[in-house]
Amino acid sequence: MKNFDYIRPTTIPDAIAAAAEPGSAYLAGGTNLLDLMKGGVTSPERIVDISRLAELNRIERLADGGLRLGALVRNADLAHDPEFARSYPAVAEALLSGASAQLRNAATVGGNLLQRTRCSYFYDTASACNKREPGAGCDALGGENRLHAVLGWSDACIATHPSDFCVPLVALDAVVEIEGKKGRRHVTLEEFHRLPGETPQRENGLEPGDLIVGVRLPAEAASFSANARYLKVRERTSYAFAVVSAAAALVVEGGKIRQARLALGGVAAKPWRARSAEAVLLGADADETSFVRAADAALADASPSGDNAFKIELARRIVVRALMSALAGTPGRLPALPASPFSSIPGVRHDA
Amino acid sequence: MTLELSLNQQPAHLRQGSSIGQPLTRRDGFLKVTGAARYAADNHPPGMLYAVLAVSGIARGRVASLDVEAAKAHGGVVEVMTPQNRPPLATDPDAKNNPFMFRLDLLQNDRIRYPNQTIAVVIAETLEAATEGAALLSPRYEAQPARVGLDGAESFVPGGVGIGSPAVHHKGDVEAGLESAATRIEATYETSAQYHNAMEPHAIVAAWDGDSLSIDTPSQGLAMAQGRIAGLFGIAPQNIHIRSPFLGGGFGSKGMISGPQVLGILAARLVGCPVKLVLRREQMYGPAGHRAPTRQTLRMGMDREGRLTAIDHHAKTASSTFDDFFEPAADASHTLYASPAIATSHEAVRLDTGTPLFMRAPGEATGSIALESAIDEAAGACGMDPLEFRLRNYAEVEPMTGKPFSSKALRECYTLASERFGWQRRPLQPRQMPDKDGFLTGWGMGTATFPAIMFQAEARAVLRADGSGLMETGAQDMGQGAWTAFAQIAADGLGLDIDQVDFRAGSSDLPNAGIAGGSGHTATAGMAIHNAGAAVIARLADLATGHEASPLFGAGNEGVLARGGRLYRRDDENRSESYGEILARAGLAEIDGRGTGTPDPASREAYAMHAHGAVFAEVKVDPDFGQIRVTRLVGAFAAGRVINPRLVRSQYYGGMIWGVSFALHEEAVTDRRSGRIQNANLAEYHVPVNADVPSVEALLVHEDDPYVNALGIKGVGEIGITGTAGAVANAVWHATGVRPRRFPIRIEDLLG
Ligand SMILES: Cc1cc2nc3c(=O)[nH]c(=O)nc-3n(C[C@H](O)[C@H](O)[C@H](O)COP(=O)(O)OP(=O)(O)OC[C@H]3O[C@@H](n4cnc5c(N)ncnc54)[C@H](O)[C@@H]3O)c2cc1C
Ligand code: SF4
Repeated sequence: MKNFDYIRPTTIPDAIAAAAEPGSAYLAGGTNLLDLMKGGVTSPERIVDISRLAELNRIERLADGGLRLGALVRNADLAHDPEFARSYPAVAEALLSGASAQLRNAATVGGNLLQRTRCSYFYDTASACNKREPGAGCDALGGENRLHAVLGWSDACIATHPSDFCVPLVALDAVVEIEGKKGRRHVTLEEFHRLPGETPQRENGLEPGDLIVGVRLPAEAASFSANARYLKVRERTSYAFAVVSAAAALVVEGGKIRQARLALGGVAAKPWRARSAEAVLLGADADETSFVRAADAALADASPSGDNAFKIELARRIVVRALMSALAGTPGRLPALPASPFSSIPGVRHDA
Repeated sequence: MTLELSLNQQPAHLRQGSSIGQPLTRRDGFLKVTGAARYAADNHPPGMLYAVLAVSGIARGRVASLDVEAAKAHGGVVEVMTPQNRPPLATDPDAKNNPFMFRLDLLQNDRIRYPNQTIAVVIAETLEAATEGAALLSPRYEAQPARVGLDGAESFVPGGVGIGSPAVHHKGDVEAGLESAATRIEATYETSAQYHNAMEPHAIVAAWDGDSLSIDTPSQGLAMAQGRIAGLFGIAPQNIHIRSPFLGGGFGSKGMISGPQVLGILAARLVGCPVKLVLRREQMYGPAGHRAPTRQTLRMGMDREGRLTAIDHHAKTASSTFDDFFEPAADASHTLYASPAIATSHEAVRLDTGTPLFMRAPGEATGSIALESAIDEAAGACGMDPLEFRLRNYAEVEPMTGKPFSSKALRECYTLASERFGWQRRPLQPRQMPDKDGFLTGWGMGTATFPAIMFQAEARAVLRADGSGLMETGAQDMGQGAWTAFAQIAADGLGLDIDQVDFRAGSSDLPNAGIAGGSGHTATAGMAIHNAGAAVIARLADLATGHEASPLFGAGNEGVLARGGRLYRRDDENRSESYGEILARAGLAEIDGRGTGTPDPASREAYAMHAHGAVFAEVKVDPDFGQIRVTRLVGAFAAGRVINPRLVRSQYYGGMIWGVSFALHEEAVTDRRSGRIQNANLAEYHVPVNADVPSVEALLVHEDDPYVNALGIKGVGEIGITGTAGAVANAVWHATGVRPRRFPIRIEDLLG
C-alpha cells in the first residue's frame, strides 16, 4: 500500500483545511475507502480521519419538524433508533437491507452517500475505466454487465450507485448539508449525485475539502410513515447489493393518492427519483392499475446498457410491488428479512 | 509438536465402552473459537520478511518489462524476485511424471498463461512495503488474445478425465436403447467455473537452515507436499519439516502444493531469512485450482413402465493450455441408475486459465446436477413421480460394471428422508403449490452418491508404563474434525479412554497419513490408526500371556480383550491386568506398534463401493421477481460406519449448503474478452448466507459394510453436494414450471 499521511483533526474547520489539500480523502467508517485503497483503486496521499468528530455523530430534531442526521451516525445506530424507524420506516428498512451487521456497525451516513460503484471493472485496475482513469475507456461496455445501469447511463459509463439508504432518502426529499472552504450549503440529495455524461469521474457536486456534515429530512418526510416501504431484489436472501430496489411512500385518502414518492435503486449512477411516476400517481386511484401505469412511466426512458434488459421489466414489477406494499401499510415492526420479497409478500398480506 | 487440546468429556462413551460412535464435540473447538489455534500465517519466526506476489493482469502473452528499480527503491523493500534472479530448482516446474503432479508457475520464464499468474515476488520488511513494491513494478506486457469460455477454443477428446479415467465409457447399445424407447428426453445443462475459496488463503512461512527447510503451510497432503518440494529443490524429503496443524478449509485446493507456496520457499532461499507469503483473496483465482465450467448433454430413453433403456451423458469441459485436469462430469452416470445401455463421454477445450483441480466432489457435483435434472425430466416425461421413477430404476448392482455393491442402503435413505419431508403430498405438475403468501412453492429431490475411496496411510501407536497411550499419524484436519474422529478411533484401538490418549497429527515428521481428500481420509488414516492400535495391543498381550506372573498367562487361543486400560481374558473377564502392570513387570517404559491403512484389492475388485443418500428440497420463488429461497432441505445418507455423528452431520450440512450454492449462487464471472475474473472477492462471489438456508436436516442411515475396510467406514466429506444441487434445481422447476438449464440459476432465467 502506498504510504500516506494520517491526520486526525479535532474540529470541522481543521478537517476541511486539511482535506482541501490535493490528494486528501476523508475517512469515516472506512468500509469502502480502505477496500479501494487496498485494491489500488484510489491512493490518497493524506487520510483525514473524521471518525472522532463527536459533533457529527448526533441525530437532532429540528425546530421546523425535520430531522438532521449527523454525517457520522452509524448505519446500524440509525436503523435501530426506534423513533427514527417509526417516522421513516422505509429508510430504516433500507439501511437494514444493506451489507451485513458488521458493516452496518461501521458504515456512516456520509460514507454511505459517497460509496463508490460496485462495477467490477472500476475495482479491477487491469481493466479500462473512465471513472477511475478519465479517458481510458469503459470495459463494462460489451463486458459482464448484467447488473449495470438501465437509466441515465452514457457511453462513457454504465455503472450504478449501489446504496440502499439513498433510495428512500431521495424519495423523501432529503437534503445534504455540506461544509466547505466557503461555508455551509445545502443541496438536495436528488441533485447531489450526478449522471455520468462525459465525466463519470465527477460523481457529485463536492469540491476539494467539502465535508458532508449531515443529511436533513424535511418535516414532510415523516407524513408518509404509515405507508412507506423499501423493497430490494438481490441474488441471495441477505448480504448482497440490489439487482433492483425501490422505495415507495404514499399518502392515501378515500382511496385516492394524495401524495406519492417513488425512487429506484440499482438502476442508475444515482439513486433514481421517479418523478414522472409520481405525477401519474398523484390524484389517481390507489390500486394496482395506477401502480402499473406508474411503473411504465418510471421506466419509460429505460434502455439496456448490455445484457441487462431483464432489469427493466424487473424494475417495473418491483415498482408495482413496492407501491402495493406501501398501500397495504407499514408493518408494525421491521420484518426479520428487511426489504426482502420473502418478508413483504407478493399478496401483501402480512410480514413473514 | 505441542498442541494443547483439551477434551470435551462426554460420559456416554464411558458407559458404552467405545469412543467410536459418540457425538464428541471438536477437540480443537475451544482453540478455534478463542483464536488460540495457530494457523500457518500466524507464525512469525525471528527475522522474518514479508513476500507479496505481483500477478499478471493479462491472460496470455509475456512480460515485456518490470520496473524492478522502482520497487527496490521503495523503503523497506529488500529484494524483488523475477525470472532473472530466482534461485535455481532441481526439477523443471513444467515437468510432469504422474497425474498428481501439476505444472507450476515458479518464474521459470516471462511467459503468461492465465490472469493472476505470478510475474514477480517482492520481499520487504513489512507487508505494506512489499505490497507497494509489487504495485510499483508497473508491468508492461506483450499480450495475445485470450481464449475464454467453452466455445473459445477447438475442442478435443482428452486422454483421460479426473485421475486416469477414460474419457469415453460405454456398455450396451445406447442408440438402440434410445431407438426402442417409448419416451425420450434430451437436455443440455451448463455449470459455471467455481473457485474453492477456502476461508484461509494459501499461506506459507518458510525458513531455511542450510539445506533443511522448515515450513508452516496448510496442506491436505503433507507427505505429497514434502515429496514435491523435495523434488523441486533437490533435497531429501526428510530435510523438510511441514507443520499444518489446522487448515481453514481446503476443498481440494490445498491437496497439492500450489505455485505461490513454492514461491514463498524460493523467496526465503533468495533472501536467506524466513519469509511469509499469504495470498490475497483475488490471487487465489488462478494459481490454486478451480472447478472448470461444463456443458452437459443427457439423452435418456424409457420404456412404457418408466424403465430406462439408455442413458447417454456427454460433458464438455475446459482445462488450462498447459496442464491436464478434466472434470469427469459424465462419469456421474456410471453408478446410480440401472440401464441396459449407458454411454458417457467427454470433450474439452484449452483456455487461458489456471489449471482446474479437484474441488469438493470433482465431477460428482457437476455431473450430479445435470444427471438429477435429467432424471427429473425423464420422470416428468413418463408422467411419474420422481421418487417412484428413481425406485423403478434402482440399481441393484453397479450399472456400468455389473458388480454387486459392498453395501447400499439407498432405499432406506429414500424412505426416511421422503417421509420426514412429506414428499407423498407432492402434486405431480409444477406450479401447483402457491403458498398462502403467494409464493410459488416447489419440491424437488435428488440422489446423492460418492465413491468410498481409500488411499495409503501409516500410523504409530505407543503404550506407556503410566497407562497412557500415544497415537501418531501425519493426518490433516481441514476443519472437518479429524483431530476428534481420529482420536476416537485411536482410543478404541488402544483400548483406552480418549483422555488417556495423546493424539498427534498435522506434521510431516509423523508417519505418512496420505491425503485428506476424496472423502477417504477417515477410512484410510482411521484404518492405519486402528491397525497400529491392534499391533501395540498384540505386543502387550504377548508380554502378558507369556508371563507366568500374569493373571492372563496362557490365555492362549482364546486371547485377550483390551478395554479401559486393561487386558481381559476373553473367556474369563474376572482375570485382567492393567497396561501399566504389564509394562512395569516387563521393565519397559513403553512399547510401540505400527499399522497401515490400505484398500483391499480383492474386495475392491469384487464389489462396487459407494456412499449414497437422498435429498429433498423445498424452494419458494417470488412469482414476479424470480428470487429463489431454499426454505427446507432434508437429506438422509448411508455412508457406512459413523465415527462421530455430530461431525458427520456437520459434513452433510456443509455439503448440502454447498449444493444450494452450486444451484443458486456460485459463479466466477469471467470477462468474455480478457478472461479476467470479475468477482474475485467474497462480496461478489456469492455463497449462501444463513438467511439462504433456514432449515437443513441431515439424517443418518445405519449401514454395515464388511467389505470397504475393517472399520466399515466409507466417507462423508463430499457426498452432500451431490443430490442436493439437483434437488434444488428440480424444486425450482416444480415451483415455476421453468426447467433450469444453466447454473447458478439467475433471476432473469425465471422472469418469464
Ligand atoms: C461487502 C460489502 C457489502 C455491502 N453491501 C451493501 C449493500 O447491500 N447496500 C448498501 O447500501 N451498501 C453496501 N455496502 C456499502 C457500505 O454501505 C458502504 O461501504 C458504507 O456505507 C460506507 O460508509 P463508511 O462510513 O464506511 O465510508 P468510508 O469508507 O469511510 O468512506 C467512503 C467515501 O466517502 C468519503 N466520506 C466519508 N464520510 C464523508 C463525509 N462526512 N464527508 C465527505 N466525504 C466523506 C470518504 O472519503 C470515501 O471516499 C457494502 C459494503 C461492503 C464492503
Ligand atoms: S461502467 Fe463506469 S465504472 Fe464501470 S468500467 Fe465503465 S466507466 Fe468504469
